[in-house]
Amino acid sequence: MHHIISIKEITREEIDEILDRASAIDQGAFDPDALKRKILAILFFEPSTRTQMSFASAMLRLGGKVINLGSVETSSIVKGETLADTISVVSGYADAIVLRHPKEGAARLASEFSTVPVINAGDGAGQHPSQTLLDLFTIRQSMPLDGIDVGFLGDLRYGRTAHSLAVALSRYGVRIHTITPKGLELPPSLTDDLLDGGTEIVVHEHLEDIISELDVLYVTRIQRERFPDPGAYASIASGYRVTPEVLTDVSDRFILMHPLPRVDEIDTRVDALSCARYFQQARNGVPVRMAMLQKVLS
Amino acid sequence: MKGKPEDGLLISPIRNGTVIDHIDAGEGLSVLRILGIIGRTTEALSVATNVESRQMGRKDIVKIENRELLKEEVDRISLIAPKASINIIRNFHVERKIGVEIPSEVIGVIRCPNPGCISNANEPIDSSFACQPRGYRCRYCETLITRDIASYII
Ligand SMILES: [Zn+2]
Repeated sequence: MHHIISIKEITREEIDEILDRASAIDQGAFDPDALKRKILAILFFEPSTRTQMSFASAMLRLGGKVINLGSVETSSIVKGETLADTISVVSGYADAIVLRHPKEGAARLASEFSTVPVINAGDGAGQHPSQTLLDLFTIRQSMPLDGIDVGFLGDLRYGRTAHSLAVALSRYGVRIHTITPKGLELPPSLTDDLLDGGTEIVVHEHLEDIISELDVLYVTRIQRERFPDPGAYASIASGYRVTPEVLTDVSDRFILMHPLPRVDEIDTRVDALSCARYFQQARNGVPVRMAMLQKVLS
Repeated sequence: MKGKPEDGLLISPIRNGTVIDHIDAGEGLSVLRILGIIGRTTEALSVATNVESRQMGRKDIVKIENRELLKEEVDRISLIAPKASINIIRNFHVERKIGVEIPSEVIGVIRCPNPGCISNANEPIDSSFACQPRGYRCRYCETLITRDIASYII
């Protein structure tokens, strides 16, 4: 039985296999009845409408069916049932489970109690492998992953999408550049993991110092809650804002990514530039999730 | 335990039981805690702390009468006293010496420091940590404990 829980335990070969399959699917090369008569249980213990819709769409496009937990408030969870019990029951109703849960490690626990494959669709501040795979897929649509220069801008301390992507990219000999406000740097344990894996990390103070050498810039939101003083937040956030002016010297193959939703960290004038890939990135969620479902269900 | 005068002054030999020697200085009480010996106990115990040691500078020694440690108890001790040596004593003689081995996985012994971790929620699972070169990594949330492991012992 094959679960997809954490990007850390997915090998480069498995990543390539999923991305290759997603490419074929994206070009229309898939069997619309591939998962006919299969049922996917979507268990979301915290709202994330888009991820949920994207998984449901992926399942339906492959001819499968979807059942849903419904609202957490009306189900038995509020009565104090353990996640372990919920998973034991639900794995009897479906052929695979997609789980989103506010506690870190919830998907690992689910995989221990489930009799069917579990896909992690985000567990608290932990892992969210489908986001990472669609991020990789988006980069690969523009350039090969090997040896590229990827910049991460914004909140790298709490930004889990950036953490997982950095870990995945470390399998491809990528050089990582970080541009963060003070206090929102990569966590030391992650930095150590990346360095142990032979990844080069370069820390920059200003985006202008490095932007012309980057192949990819991955922007994450700096959350207001991280700063007790609203004035401090405003001045810091504006210093990390991406505008058309900042992007004047970028290389020909440069792309700009963001996991969305954005607030104001990317100027909407940037949307019209050919390097802006964040809406494409969001669309890529469906073919990548179709490839993931096929991997665990067939 | 004859011929070891440096111990003898502080703690007298025991007839039957376990002597845990070469504990990192100051960790003797943590060793007791990890063995579940806290507060009221019927075991006859002696703990010597900050004893001079040729190998270690200073060390702690714990002696527990009438109790022979089990393998998993010995493994737990490795968390905080990786250099410890354990002697099972019968009738004043060292019956068996057990070296401490660092297990690859530690289950149900330490609590995850991450309050958002599912292993701290009300679920029917034990905490589980993988022993890695830089510390102990939670199987669930992947938090890495790099120091002060004794304070996370359940
Ligand atoms: Zn944990």
